Amino acid sequence: MIALNGITKRFGEHTVFENIDLTLEQGEIIVVIGPSGTGKSTLLRCINYLETPDAGRLTVGNLSLDAKHATRREILALRRRTAFVFQNYALFANKTALDNICEGMIVVDGLSKAEAHARGREILERIGLADKANAYPASLSGGQQQRVGIGRAMAAKAEVILFDEPTSALDPEWVDEVLALMKHLALERQTMIVVSHEMQFAREVADRVVFMDEGRIIEQGPPGELFTNPQDERTQRFLRKVLANNPI
Amino acid sequence: MHVLDLDYMLGLLPILLGYLPLTLEMAGAGMVAALVLACLLAVVRVQRMPGLNALAMLFISFFRGTPLLVQLFLFYYGLPQILTFLVAINGITATILGLTLHFSAYMAESIRAAIVGVDRSQTEAALSIGMTQGQLMRRIVLPQATRVATPTLMNYFIDMIKATSLAFTLGVTELMGATQKEAAGSFLYFEAFLLAAIIYWVVVEILSWLQRRLEKRLNRAYQR
Repeated sequence: MIALNGITKRFGEHTVFENIDLTLEQGEIIVVIGPSGTGKSTLLRCINYLETPDAGRLTVGNLSLDAKHATRREILALRRRTAFVFQNYALFANKTALDNICEGMIVVDGLSKAEAHARGREILERIGLADKANAYPASLSGGQQQRVGIGRAMAAKAEVILFDEPTSALDPEWVDEVLALMKHLALERQTMIVVSHEMQFAREVADRVVFMDEGRIIEQGPPGELFTNPQDERTQRFLRKVLANNPI
Repeated sequence: MHVLDLDYMLGLLPILLGYLPLTLEMAGAGMVAALVLACLLAVVRVQRMPGLNALAMLFISFFRGTPLLVQLFLFYYGLPQILTFLVAINGITATILGLTLHFSAYMAESIRAAIVGVDRSQTEAALSIGMTQGQLMRRIVLPQATRVATPTLMNYFIDMIKATSLAFTLGVTELMGATQKEAAGSFLYFEAFLLAAIIYWVVVEILSWLQRRLEKRLNRAYQR
């Protein structure tokens, strides 16, 4: 189980969000939607401690920590239980696709190189890039790079994978292959939180859609309900705008 | 005006080459030590370690702001008067020490720039999978910074090889000192120093060739 309780984040004077509560069951898939600049990505980054929350409790599996006063050891433990997929892929430019995937298994989990490579090749197979094991990121397409980014997150065997707008930086031609891989993970009941503007994906894959605006969770529910019968006026306005451009 | 005495130069060549190893040893030792020190300084600067950062900045400012020759005289002739246990310091050690401190100041700044130049999101990616600061520095940031910094660092190494000639002012008989002695005996100053210049030049050219090969290798991962 993953739980956020009272998570608050400020940048200087500016409060990004305050007192956010969110709970996920294992195997649950949540898609977070909402206008740009409402703190969706920042919230996701707090769960992985890429941003330091200013208050609240984070619980991932059997680890529960006071977000503001987390120790170095707790932060590392939290990061091992959460994996992150970045908008701009953020692959290690000095490492091959296989080594990008294996890096964490070797350095963090302490697997031998042989074990890590065996698992790494399995993951490459699953993300459809078995033939690119020795390719460096610079020689891969955006879609391939993002699939390696997802592969790196899969390798972490984390309790939850956090996707931060994983298709936003992609040329349209590569979006589908990345979404297809994410759907595949969803079918395997990989717990995930996805911040995305892909409404079609949210509708098909999410167990629950969370709508955020101005640093608050306005409403949440199964996609069937939230998309067809939004309760809050802000949700209605947002969905009208988005769905007018991209009907689903 | 006399014609170039080629026979003299040919005879002098093996004698001067005999001193080349000392020149290269001083530069090699200085380079290794300077690299280690420069990496430490660069990390202190990048991480803005409290206290240490100010010290590193003072160190870099002093060793970049004063001539190498002044620093060498300071270590060899000056310091032993204050720190008497240094009386036994020999010219070779003083030269290596001077080269190390002087060049590490320059190299620290290039390394720092190269580290800062590595895409910040890769640092976040490394943290996100649970790597520690040390691990991500060693395995992700420094290898990439090395590639960026290599051309500049090789230039400093070339500079350092040439700067070893200053050791002659501390009474060390290295390539430059040996040339001076030979020339003083034969009065063929032009031939002797021309030969010394050619030897330095050839060494530097060989290094430049190695540098190009090294850069090619380091760039392999970044070919599209």
